[in-house]
Amino acid sequence: MRFSGWRVLREGLTGNKGWAPHWRDPEPKAEYDAVIIGGGGHGLSTAYYLAKNHGMTNIAVLEKGYLGGGNVGRNTTIVRANYGQQGNSEFYSHSLKLWEGLEEDLNYNAMHSARGIINLFHSDGQRDAFARRGNMMINQGDDAELLDREGVRHLLPYLDFDNIRFPVYGGLLHRRGGTARHDAVAWGYARGADQRGVDLIQQCEVTGINIENGVVKGVQTTRGAIRAKKVGIVVAGRSGQVAAMAGMRLPIESHVLQAFVTEGLKPVIDHVVSFGMGHFYISQSDKGGLVFGGDLDFYASYASRGNMPMMEHVMEAGMTLMPMIGKAKVLRSWGGIMDMTPDGSPIIDKTDTEGLFIDCGWCYGGFKAVPGSGFSFAHLMATGNHHAPAAKFRLDRFRTGAGLMDEEATGAQHNLH
Amino acid sequence: MRVASKGLIDRSKPVHFSFDGRTYRGFAGDTVASALLANGVTLMGRSFKYHRPRGVMTAGSEEPNALITTGTGARREPNVRATVQEIYDGLVTRSQNAWPSLDVDVMAVNDLAAPFLGAGFYYKTFMWPKRFWEAIYEPVIRKTAGLGALSGESNPDTYERAYAFCDLLVIGAGPTGLMAALTAARAGADVILVDEDSVMGGRLNAESEAVGHQSGALWAAGIVAELAAMDNVRLMPRTTVTGAYDGGMFGALERVNQHTSKRGGGAPLEAFWRISAKHSILAAGALERPVAFQNNDRPGIMTAGAVRAYLNRWGVAPGRRVAVFGNNDDAHRTARDLMAAGVHVVALIDSRAEAEIEGFDGQVITGAVVCNTGGRKALESITVRSEAGEEALQVDCLAVSGGWNPTVHLTCYMNGRPTWREDIQSFVPPPGAIPNMTVAGACNGVFSTHGCLSDGVDAGTAALKALGKKAVAVEVPVAEDADYALVPLWAVAGKGRAWLDFQNDVSVKDIKQAAVENFRSVEHMKRYTTQGMATDQGKNSNVAALAILADATGRGMPETGTTTFRPPYSPVAIAAMGAGAQGHGFAPERHTTSHKRTVERGAPMIEAGLWYRPSYFPKAGETTWRQSCDREVGYVRKAVGVCDVSTLGKIDIQGPDAGKLLDFVYTNMFSTLKVGRVRYGLMLREDGMVMDDGTTARLGEHHFVMTTTTAAAGNVMRHLEFVTQCLHPEWAVSFTSVTEQWAQFAVAGPKARELLNGLLDKEIDNDNWPFMACGDVSIGGVAGRLFRISFSGEHAYEVAVPSRFGAALFDELVKRAEALGGGPYGMEALNVLRIEKGFITHAEIEGRATASDVGMGRMISVKKDCIGKAMAARPGLVDAERPQLIGLKPVSAEGEMTAGAHLFEREAEAVRVNAKGHVSSVGYSPELGRMIGLGFFAAGPTRMGEVVRLVDHLRGVETEVEICHPVFVDPEGERARG
Amino acid sequence: MLARPGPDAGEVAWDNYLHLRDNPAGVTEELWQHDGGCGSWLVVTRDTVSHVISKVEMAADVKRAMQAAS
Repeated sequence: MRFSGWRVLREGLTGNKGWAPHWRDPEPKAEYDAVIIGGGGHGLSTAYYLAKNHGMTNIAVLEKGYLGGGNVGRNTTIVRANYGQQGNSEFYSHSLKLWEGLEEDLNYNAMHSARGIINLFHSDGQRDAFARRGNMMINQGDDAELLDREGVRHLLPYLDFDNIRFPVYGGLLHRRGGTARHDAVAWGYARGADQRGVDLIQQCEVTGINIENGVVKGVQTTRGAIRAKKVGIVVAGRSGQVAAMAGMRLPIESHVLQAFVTEGLKPVIDHVVSFGMGHFYISQSDKGGLVFGGDLDFYASYASRGNMPMMEHVMEAGMTLMPMIGKAKVLRSWGGIMDMTPDGSPIIDKTDTEGLFIDCGWCYGGFKAVPGSGFSFAHLMATGNHHAPAAKFRLDRFRTGAGLMDEEATGAQHNLH
Repeated sequence: MRVASKGLIDRSKPVHFSFDGRTYRGFAGDTVASALLANGVTLMGRSFKYHRPRGVMTAGSEEPNALITTGTGARREPNVRATVQEIYDGLVTRSQNAWPSLDVDVMAVNDLAAPFLGAGFYYKTFMWPKRFWEAIYEPVIRKTAGLGALSGESNPDTYERAYAFCDLLVIGAGPTGLMAALTAARAGADVILVDEDSVMGGRLNAESEAVGHQSGALWAAGIVAELAAMDNVRLMPRTTVTGAYDGGMFGALERVNQHTSKRGGGAPLEAFWRISAKHSILAAGALERPVAFQNNDRPGIMTAGAVRAYLNRWGVAPGRRVAVFGNNDDAHRTARDLMAAGVHVVALIDSRAEAEIEGFDGQVITGAVVCNTGGRKALESITVRSEAGEEALQVDCLAVSGGWNPTVHLTCYMNGRPTWREDIQSFVPPPGAIPNMTVAGACNGVFSTHGCLSDGVDAGTAALKALGKKAVAVEVPVAEDADYALVPLWAVAGKGRAWLDFQNDVSVKDIKQAAVENFRSVEHMKRYTTQGMATDQGKNSNVAALAILADATGRGMPETGTTTFRPPYSPVAIAAMGAGAQGHGFAPERHTTSHKRTVERGAPMIEAGLWYRPSYFPKAGETTWRQSCDREVGYVRKAVGVCDVSTLGKIDIQGPDAGKLLDFVYTNMFSTLKVGRVRYGLMLREDGMVMDDGTTARLGEHHFVMTTTTAAAGNVMRHLEFVTQCLHPEWAVSFTSVTEQWAQFAVAGPKARELLNGLLDKEIDNDNWPFMACGDVSIGGVAGRLFRISFSGEHAYEVAVPSRFGAALFDELVKRAEALGGGPYGMEALNVLRIEKGFITHAEIEGRATASDVGMGRMISVKKDCIGKAMAARPGLVDAERPQLIGLKPVSAEGEMTAGAHLFEREAEAVRVNAKGHVSSVGYSPELGRMIGLGFFAAGPTRMGEVVRLVDHLRGVETEVEICHPVFVDPEGERARG
Repeated sequence: MLARPGPDAGEVAWDNYLHLRDNPAGVTEELWQHDGGCGSWLVVTRDTVSHVISKVEMAADVKRAMQAAS
């Protein structure tokens, strides 16, 4: 069934009885050509592109909970292509292009909005570092502008220009960056995959990976054994546990990242704004809540919840940067499990087991990568070759030191990225 | 209307406030909601999506409808609950989300379009034409979304953060909490008793029943008085515990002055608390839930408990013709209380066919339900459906009770999921969900007053046991102990929309629709319909919505599950949790000893981490910073310049194994450094990248002083602590930061020695103080240190004195420098000087550069291990094609260079795949008469003399530049050694 | 985590030490530092699911015990 304004109108006039399930709830088959472990944003988009780009429809997504119940359902919804390191630059550029055609492609309103992202800087040195990044963005073919203080004031008059502890020197503006409605993206990919014949199996936890003589044979699940020639692991913060089923140890540490949303307010912030002297970023959702977050809590966690010190630090950053949000009330706080890597950049690679692939290490930046990651991972799984925009996301780059993509430049300490 | 002789308000203190421009009178103790109801105002808000007229539904913080904006101008505060906001003289309030007025709201037209605006409709449309989404649809949606509006101005109010510690934190001061606190306090425990409300007592203040032969409210006041008199008790009314966190920590928001007009100065509006409790008791009570039926959202329809609260606590009858509708015995109390107060009760409607009603002789209709209501902006009638058929009754206030939901939220904040109890048809906390927390009373499913009182004592006793204290006997007063007799009724069958989430306009139909579209898990249903995502976070609708979903998907309640709850319990202002951080409060300021004098000289100060350092020292007549900078560079190159370098990290390292430590953290050898000498050192991270560089001086056999860069001081200190504790605790070495203990100044230029010899008690010359020498000196009798090192490449020193002499020394140095034709210099000049000499800073060693990248590969000694040595040898890090440090100068003298520009081969297109390097630092060199810079280029050292292209798209700069040796001035380094 | 490989231990040993992690959803041993306090490094035994800390030792003590044992 196609979604459209006409459809909404017609259904509304006839008692809304014609709406159908957005996806089926099939029983898992005994065998598939490929199985994707993980029904989050990346797992669902991988399945979609396997079906759409590579004609692989005899595949299944196995999700231990409900679709989109992990990080894709609890992030701060930022979409951007403003990375400075080779490897990341081309990947996010490709992903952003996919975003820009997403609603049409999926026939689902993901509410993608290029409202513009401004990364503020607070010293000459920081400005130059952002300039280096902005030039990389333009080299890549994406957009970037370097704003001075007055340029920032013109866009964001509500920042505290007079009293802030770390004065605003300017900002790097990325107009094509913005936000999207996170649930809708997951559901759109789910529906798209399902419509193409992909089986989405929920409440199905993978408990083991069957490998014989270095070749993957299938998986064990709480809903039975499933044979498959190709298996893709796309489970974000749970990567360590699932990879262990294949005897692998990963360069991943799982950490908690908190995020917050306020009560709904009339529009007051039109862009995505990030602070340069404290990890803090904020935007306003279409429902009116201010959505914001900051740093990791810095300790490994699977609890999906954080503690007061970091929460208060995030609020402090908000108050020093834009005191006008002071009377906005935080409605809800939550956390997710971030799969942190030693250089803060992701992994899309084969493994030593033939037919077993892994897509992980997105740290806290996975949402914007949902289209690109699925596209590239599908390419890798289907063809056995790396997709050019994701070619540098190698698992072995830490061991060899070749192709590290350390955006934060903090080095091999997972919680520093 | 007011009911005489009822209510805990103070009728001797009238209060005037305004709502939507009209002034109303209330009394001290009234909330905006109670005062408006007393004045006959029932329309207080509009719903989010359909802008349906809404009145107040509850009497507490869970209120979903009556959200107002208080205050004016920059003090404007949106989304305040009228049920929580106490009135004070001069309080200005306005309704929200209606235009042009609450009474006539244009957006109510949405209600007519309801069939098209059901759950999830926006996912199915707004996609075409593509550009319309951002140009039209989204802006319109954003404008109509949101409830209240921020003022947009900087927040002028003050907030505070505070900390408290206790043995026992009791959350909720109703009958359960009061008894628990009393039990623990009498036994000597340190108790903090917290309650959201302004008056402690919980439901007792809203009921007419007696406790221990007194009115419940009076009894509660007596207990509060006893607790207030105890030294080991802290009472915190108007305080909401917002979250439970690890280690017995709780967050709490205290509304310090929200009920007064006091603002500013020492009157914080709110305080956010961190409370550390060894043990806690959750006595948070229960919240009443309504029943869903067609048009159950009209102004005048409230929960039965709220009607009692308005009557008994605030002396207000919310209507003149009241009906009561419920599925349990508790609802009967409303009918009894109203009748006893002389308010006309039109009918008591009980859905249970076998209901027994006591103490009420008005009209009773059992086995019946309310299936519809009438009246657009205020309730006018209700339709009652019974076996006999349907009957319309004229009613202006309907009290509804679908039962009670224990307030379990806090117990779910640490991954707990509540458990379904079939007997009370609600969820209760899972045992042990929060470490060291006991749950008691109504929030644990105990619904009778006697049960709560007794449960409170038990909980207090259990807490005392856990704390290792002996309990003192506490008598449980007499109170009602009725059974909670309830038959579930979630929704009344009918055609029209029956509301569940009142604020977000989610109806029973929407839930069923979600299930049809396969959003069958409770999380999916919630996200798809937005039920439970309004400001009440589902307090009024979660359980009912779950029941509807369970029914629609053919599952039981436990099987359907529940969404989890997350902090905060009630919304908390960002300003409260971030109190103190506005403006300069966000981070400390670190000032050098020369700060005052520097500022007096008009030097613009820039932030270097937390420090402030001068950018340049303007002189009269100079109009651009470049003029000042060029002049200051000239001071150093031609006369003598003075610069405060105190901000660089200084670490005093002592012990027989100090040399071992330095050899291990630096790439080069330090144990062989002679006493009285300084050496430049490079420090790597374990992954092989450069962490920091600096100089370390050997002042004695077992005594070194290490310097770090300003930015990396903390990191290096942490690193040394890691190395000596985690890797080599066997080394006999101690160290401490002395950055703030020593004020240190660079004295640089051909006349540096001349200047110093005028100050030092003992003169120095090139023999007794050669390049890279160091040692103790005396300056006017003050014991100081002198290091002959140079960041400028000139003949230079750094002189250090204990900080308390810093300001005086700076004055003295500057005076003498000026007498010699020089003067102070700032960061801009410092930067030019060091670039001229090819000295790197963190602009070059930005965390991705190895030693060989910056041309210092040979500084990694082959004779010893050091941090980072092994990983630095990884194939990817020794690749010759890596970008490596080079000097850059424009081919033409006027050529512009910018830091952050990328470098390409001359003929290559400026796109990513052709990027070969970047520019890290630039400055104008007065000596060379052109810009110079440092940067990185693939295999840079092999490209000396070649011309490449610098492209800065952002700043519109494109320049041909020559790759050259990074040392531009005095490449032999003779000046420093003279 | 306190067993730093020797300079010639090889690529795999160093990769293991610096990058790879067991990353359990459960009890783990990790390093904390009392930053802004005494600067002590601590070996903390903590559950990454419940956040409950079951043991804290001074890292120097743990390392010394390791050195004595080897």
